[in-house]
Amino acid sequence: MDAKQPSKTGPLINVLIQTSSFDVAAETQLLENALTSQRSNMGALATFTGSVRGSETGASDDAAAYGELLALDIEHYPAMTQSTIEAIALAASQRWSFLGCRVIHRVGRLAVGEPIVLVLVASSHRKEAFAVCEYILDYLKTAAPFWKKAIFEHGEQWVDAKVTDTEALDKWSPPPL
Amino acid sequence: MIKLVFFARLREQLGLSEHRVALSDKLTVLALVEHLIASDVDSNAGSGHSQWQLLLADEVVVAKNQQVVGRDVFIEDGDELAFFPPVTGG
Repeated sequence: MDAKQPSKTGPLINVLIQTSSFDVAAETQLLENALTSQRSNMGALATFTGSVRGSETGASDDAAAYGELLALDIEHYPAMTQSTIEAIALAASQRWSFLGCRVIHRVGRLAVGEPIVLVLVASSHRKEAFAVCEYILDYLKTAAPFWKKAIFEHGEQWVDAKVTDTEALDKWSPPPL
Repeated sequence: MIKLVFFARLREQLGLSEHRVALSDKLTVLALVEHLIASDVDSNAGSGHSQWQLLLADEVVVAKNQQVVGRDVFIEDGDELAFFPPVTGG
């Protein structure tokens, strides 16, 4: 089997944008159930959960005067968010063979410690699961229209984009056709 | 009509989340923004400044009908144009 070729029908791609939290075990079960006949081919599952750190290094030095970080307000462009992440997952399927993915990104106000993003990738072998998971995350961070505003005890501030997030894409070049 | 939508810091700086513009000619994104600035400066009695200049900042990303585009792309009636700062999700 040529690992570069996606299956004829392509992987299952589910993307959800929601304010509510998520349960990793329940979401994993939903992905597995959705794979139906392909489920027996699943030999690997990569899971990534991103959550709100207690500090926001993207915010400027003024932030020190604002006191503790309490939460992030996450804004998005509803008409574009889901389709952008679906396109990223589809681009991943041009590079690697995988069975399915389930991506959840939360919006609204999220307190420190709360989960923000979940990426689940099911594949036959671990290499593809890890690669697709990281690829989706890297492109989500630089292309999906979300913006974080840091909410401190005594003020708030938009989080600046990080150069390191853009540089992270270098490892995937040349980009998929 | 062209619907312009703005997000995050840009939305706050403009004090607007959307704006509609009637368009008679086919214009590029850049020409549309320059048109907005020119009309605004005229109506501000020659103050020489318009808030729409914010849309010309290098870092501002433009999406036409939810696809990221360059400022040289043509827009037409019914299009939705989004302007936003670099994204910070994930």
